Amino acid sequence: MNVNDKEELELDLFISMVKSYFDYDFNDYSRASIKRRIKQLAVQSGVEHISELIPKVLYEENFRDVLLQSISVTVTEMFRDPSVFASIRNEVIPALMILPTVNIWHAGCATGEEVYSMAIILREAGLLQYCTIHATDFNEASLDIARQGKYPLENIKGYTKNYIAGGGICSFSDYYTVDGKWAILDPTLREQIRFYRHDLAKDEGFGMMNLILCRNVLIYFKKHLQDHVFNLFDNSLDVNSFLVIGDKETIEFSPIANSFEAFCPTCKIYRRG
Amino acid sequence: MLGYEAVVIGVSAGGFTALSSLLAMVPETFPIPIAIVQHRKSDEHNYLSQHLDKICPISVTEAQMNADVEAGHVYLAPANYHLLIERERQFSLSVDAAVCYSTPSIDVLFESAADTYGNTLIGIILTGANHDGSNGLQKIRECGGLAIVQDPASAEYNVMPQCAIDAAGADHIFSLDEIGHFLAGIRHGCSH
Repeated sequence: MNVNDKEELELDLFISMVKSYFDYDFNDYSRASIKRRIKQLAVQSGVEHISELIPKVLYEENFRDVLLQSISVTVTEMFRDPSVFASIRNEVIPALMILPTVNIWHAGCATGEEVYSMAIILREAGLLQYCTIHATDFNEASLDIARQGKYPLENIKGYTKNYIAGGGICSFSDYYTVDGKWAILDPTLREQIRFYRHDLAKDEGFGMMNLILCRNVLIYFKKHLQDHVFNLFDNSLDVNSFLVIGDKETIEFSPIANSFEAFCPTCKIYRRG
Repeated sequence: MLGYEAVVIGVSAGGFTALSSLLAMVPETFPIPIAIVQHRKSDEHNYLSQHLDKICPISVTEAQMNADVEAGHVYLAPANYHLLIERERQFSLSVDAAVCYSTPSIDVLFESAADTYGNTLIGIILTGANHDGSNGLQKIRECGGLAIVQDPASAEYNVMPQCAIDAAGADHIFSLDEIGHFLAGIRHGCSH
């Protein structure tokens, strides 16, 4: 048995232990990315082999949090892919303006940067006070950061550039105050946002949503879990509502493809019939 | 003769010219898949794959999530996403942290491809100005795959090939032209 075969076997054992003990099934995730992350976790934990992480699952008190943190860390930013936010601003929001109240689900919101971006766009359209934004993630530590709305000041230059490229109509500096090395986002942006822990693999959806955003989450899932999540979204969306996914994700080949039409030709915004 | 099942190529600065001349030498019916990470600006869309597809005999496209890795195709990692190859010989994408300031990263593709193809993989490092790909090439060699590095003396930027040679060593150090001839000589998964 070569080194690689041993590593695969160790990974299988680790995944199986995590499933039995924590009830998270990483077999539903893209194997190559999971393997990369678990190997990084081994390095961070100061062990040589993946198998040495197994006792930590059983006996190390906060290992569940450490594991979830290393599995779910993704790179995000405010107004990531500004053209998508420009399309939401120019195409989706006018369609939402006719509704008395608007329900939005931001699934897999991670540390919250894109949720606040959405809140800014809604405020600029005069719509924020009529909205409820359900922002969910399966990692409680990420949600804690999201709830604080406090981000490294060094990122603000890039966010400002994105905000302008995404069609921002005010000055981005109106939305934050500076505290040392941190930018503190305007807390009133958070008034319509509810942050909760939610696992797309296991938990129920929400009812009567008008807009669901879930970007660059499905790329980490195997096809059957992708399909499960698409069904969850289909069941959660009201008629004539919108689904926004990542620009390399597609609902084509999914069980719900026929219920949706492409709403925006240049980005992945779909409308449910 | 060992049968090869896939080729992975990593290239950074100077890659536009290097890939344009290298891929022009690869026949339309190349018997195994080629997956490429070319470092590029985050706001660049699929211009590179369109350009290469136009000037090369073989089909060149951006790799898509869940798509099968098929012979006779050249796949490019999309801008802003890491490209990985799964055990089922399908592509997956990620937005994990940048490696060597790069998304996509050569190491990420090479390491996942080495896991999948083991000693039937060919890894090639071309021109570039950073050290991405060195760890990936080392992993390919550890798994018994073949490592080819562009001769630093002939590369437009010599840092990346030199780092790869220093870190991983190489089975062949070739000019771009020699790499092209080597690939063109691969028939039904073998190299003669």
